[in-house]
Amino acid sequence: MSSRERILGRVRRALADVPQDDTPYAQAVCRDYLRQHGDHGAEETVDLLAENLVDYRAVVHRCAAGELPGLIAHLLGERGSQSVLVPPGLDESWLADTDVKRVADLPDSTPHELDRIDSVITGCALAVAETGTLVLDGSPDQGRRRISLIPDHHICVVRVPEQVVSSIPQALERLAPGRPLTWISGPSATSDIELDRVEGVHGPRTLEVVLVSG
Amino acid sequence: MRVALFLTCVNDTLYPDTGRAVVKLLTRLGVEVDFPMAQTCCGQAHYNTGYRHEAEPMARHFSDVFRGYEAIVTPSGSCAAMVRELYPRLGARARAEGRGNTLERMLAPVVPKTYELTEFLVDVLGVTDVGAYYPHRVTYHPTCHGLRSLGLGDRPRRLLRAVKGLELVELPGAEECCGFGGTFAVKNSDVSAAMGVDKVRNAESTGAQVLCAGDNSCLMHIGGTMTRLGTGMRPVHIARILASTEEEPAV
Amino acid sequence: MSATYLGMPGFPPPSHPAFPSFPQAAREAVRDETLRGNLRHATHTIRAKRAGAVAELADWAALREAGKQIKDHTLRHLDRYLEQVEEAVTAAGGTVHWAVDAQEANRIVAGLVRATGETEVVKVKSMATQEIGLNEALEAEGIRAYETDLAELIVQLGKDRPSHILVPAIHRNRGEIRDIFRSQMSAWGRPAPEGLTDAPAELAEAARLHLREKFLRARVGVSGANFVVAETGTLVVVESEGNGRMCLTLPETLISVVGIEKVVPTWRDLEVFLQTLPRSSTAERMNPYTSMWTGTADEDGPSTFHLVLLDNGRTDTLADEVGRQALRCIRCSACLNVCPVYERVGGHAYGSVYPGPIGAILSPQLRGTASEIDASLPYASSLCGACYEVCPVAIDIPEVLVHLRERVVQGGPVTRGGNRVVLQPAKGHAAERAAMRVARWALTHPGVLRGGQRLASRTRRFHPRSLPGPGRAWTGTRDLPAVPAEPFRDWWQRTHGDGEGSE
Repeated sequence: MSSRERILGRVRRALADVPQDDTPYAQAVCRDYLRQHGDHGAEETVDLLAENLVDYRAVVHRCAAGELPGLIAHLLGERGSQSVLVPPGLDESWLADTDVKRVADLPDSTPHELDRIDSVITGCALAVAETGTLVLDGSPDQGRRRISLIPDHHICVVRVPEQVVSSIPQALERLAPGRPLTWISGPSATSDIELDRVEGVHGPRTLEVVLVSG
Repeated sequence: MRVALFLTCVNDTLYPDTGRAVVKLLTRLGVEVDFPMAQTCCGQAHYNTGYRHEAEPMARHFSDVFRGYEAIVTPSGSCAAMVRELYPRLGARARAEGRGNTLERMLAPVVPKTYELTEFLVDVLGVTDVGAYYPHRVTYHPTCHGLRSLGLGDRPRRLLRAVKGLELVELPGAEECCGFGGTFAVKNSDVSAAMGVDKVRNAESTGAQVLCAGDNSCLMHIGGTMTRLGTGMRPVHIARILASTEEEPAV
Repeated sequence: MSATYLGMPGFPPPSHPAFPSFPQAAREAVRDETLRGNLRHATHTIRAKRAGAVAELADWAALREAGKQIKDHTLRHLDRYLEQVEEAVTAAGGTVHWAVDAQEANRIVAGLVRATGETEVVKVKSMATQEIGLNEALEAEGIRAYETDLAELIVQLGKDRPSHILVPAIHRNRGEIRDIFRSQMSAWGRPAPEGLTDAPAELAEAARLHLREKFLRARVGVSGANFVVAETGTLVVVESEGNGRMCLTLPETLISVVGIEKVVPTWRDLEVFLQTLPRSSTAERMNPYTSMWTGTADEDGPSTFHLVLLDNGRTDTLADEVGRQALRCIRCSACLNVCPVYERVGGHAYGSVYPGPIGAILSPQLRGTASEIDASLPYASSLCGACYEVCPVAIDIPEVLVHLRERVVQGGPVTRGGNRVVLQPAKGHAAERAAMRVARWALTHPGVLRGGQRLASRTRRFHPRSLPGPGRAWTGTRDLPAVPAEPFRDWWQRTHGDGEGSE
């Protein structure tokens, strides 16, 4: 007998008390929890996102679409970045005002090569206001999961209000499970020393979020 | 209203003054109290130590003695929780073991009408000011079963706040277990003692003269720790405070 | 008991004399002032924060109930959902393996690593791989496993044992961590920076530097998973530091070892647990990083993915109608942080990778109650109920503790290694059992009780302040109450004697 058969057999014997007509999944779970907490307008939801991002030590900037290239150039300059990693489908115009060296993520780029790049710019799939979370789904403006991980400085652009949802239930509704997803809430952190939160471990230690409107 | 006092075996044997206080208090509030002499023990110690089958006859005995009353009042959060929370579980387990629903049916009548004392006062009698007088600085320890199994909430504190002369001070870490835990106190005596010491130190830090609670078994542990540590504090059951009046003050 | 236990990092098997009973281990721990100080500080810090994070959600009770129902439903139909997982993961390009016990799981993982030709792996913290002692099993095959979670790194470098589910080095304070880094990092790779202080930010930086070279060169990653979604085949890893992302995305091969109870039926179910888990564990609205992946993806992340589904006592636990609720656990560790017993003794006394209240009900079910430690764990609680109150999937830990106490003292039918057996009552409890029987007899006969009470009252002058034998467990630290001159019932009879309700 294979281990598969053995385990499934044990499970079935263990569940001898469960009737054939046990409550089906759709009725077994009472979902009377909230779809979102509080009833915020679009603008308030964006404010809440900004507030929660800042609470977990992300640096938040807000600008109009036309100001984005200038802001990005300013952020890279302020950081002193010499190179910036660019996902294949990033809107070229975002980098129109900067002359920092652009590096494309190629399929055969090694982690060591990525580690030598100062910054990365990505878009996102959506952002969750209640938790201050950005979700990346590997779309062309976000690239592979590794590029938003290895450089120490991540600039993430969120189009507001259209990319912002209030809550986790709303976020899951909009995401495609088959895609590789990364949920990011602030810069990397740890609670491993005396159960107190400290920012800055293996992921980017600086997370800058640009909320772009219009 | 025909009310039975279920004093509990521990109180009957070791803390008769608590029983007398309950009788005095309820009588003062116009309740006719009876003490069925056939009462013994709810079976909690047996159940919680793993002797569920030994606890069953005690539960049946409890039901035999008390089921004819309109309400059963007990000055013990943990014994009230045994009846209210665990008697139904005893019955359900017996059924799951293929022993039918006899036990379940037998225990069912006493479950909803068993009340912890403060719950009876606030919910059934609808009083918070029981006309008591107790001129001391008191801190209140909510015992675990009263707090988490019965959900007594702020009932005891509301009663205490209405007591004339009483200064109620908050106990730091109040909701943390004192470390008694029935047989835990002897099976894991080192941990139990450490918890007891922390509880007493927190109580001392309030400057209160009296630590009050609704369970004498917890108070036995806390009080035993207090005297061993040589603190000047005293453990007092809440019934004695609520029974105390200007005419007949409790010490 | 036929099941063999392979142990955990540096651990003797639980039946080994080196694993003392809980009260014995606790006695030592309670006296360790540094340990108690460290635990007190850490658990009190997180308690208040958790309460705040939970209070932010008005619908917490509904989320908790839904989490419980999702897990219960899954467990009740686990065979179907496991088959669904297998199908979905395979369709997404992964390979599914089934492991009945620790040895089989270790054999599978070691074989998969060997097949890549690699001799080292990077690991993201996983309770399942600790439970099966994977690191030691790999070491025996000449494969070095690097723990990359900060706390796991502290434990691994310190040749220590984990003592907490979420923060395995909770028993260490910052000064101790600095000393371990200074003295041990060089033996494992990049040494600690010169002049390292005990500032948490510097310690985190030291870990970043030390592990970076390992992440960048790693070709095989090993993980567990917090959730596996049956309908999509998606695995979810919830973490903070980014070491998880490193292990899950940089290597070419990823091997995930996951207990069979980690399954949830649908994608939508994550909306409950992604709200309750972070707030219960680190008291955050959301943890810094959560990774979700489904099989393999083109050019993004590992090109080879293996999922090892682990039983190792879980089906035995599932067979117990009362005890099976322990399998709802999502490993948040809120019960540890709030437990007054855990706070005073720490995790090592529990003799398992699963310490605290959840460990006290999980270990004796996964491993059985034959060993001294496992037979003593159900008693490692005052039944105060704080654990049940904070549990985000509403596991009634006191109920299961009492149920397991019954199994220890009264024996009865259980499932071990997939077989139904009848346990004999444990030997150590014969005297107690006899005493309980006598007490029950006395307490169902009011006249006998009354006789005993009167005897106690009349002899009260002769009662000693300290008791001999087992009684010393009480009087060693606490005074006994004085026995009153008469029991209440005598007073009642004197004053109200002719009323109804008399004997």
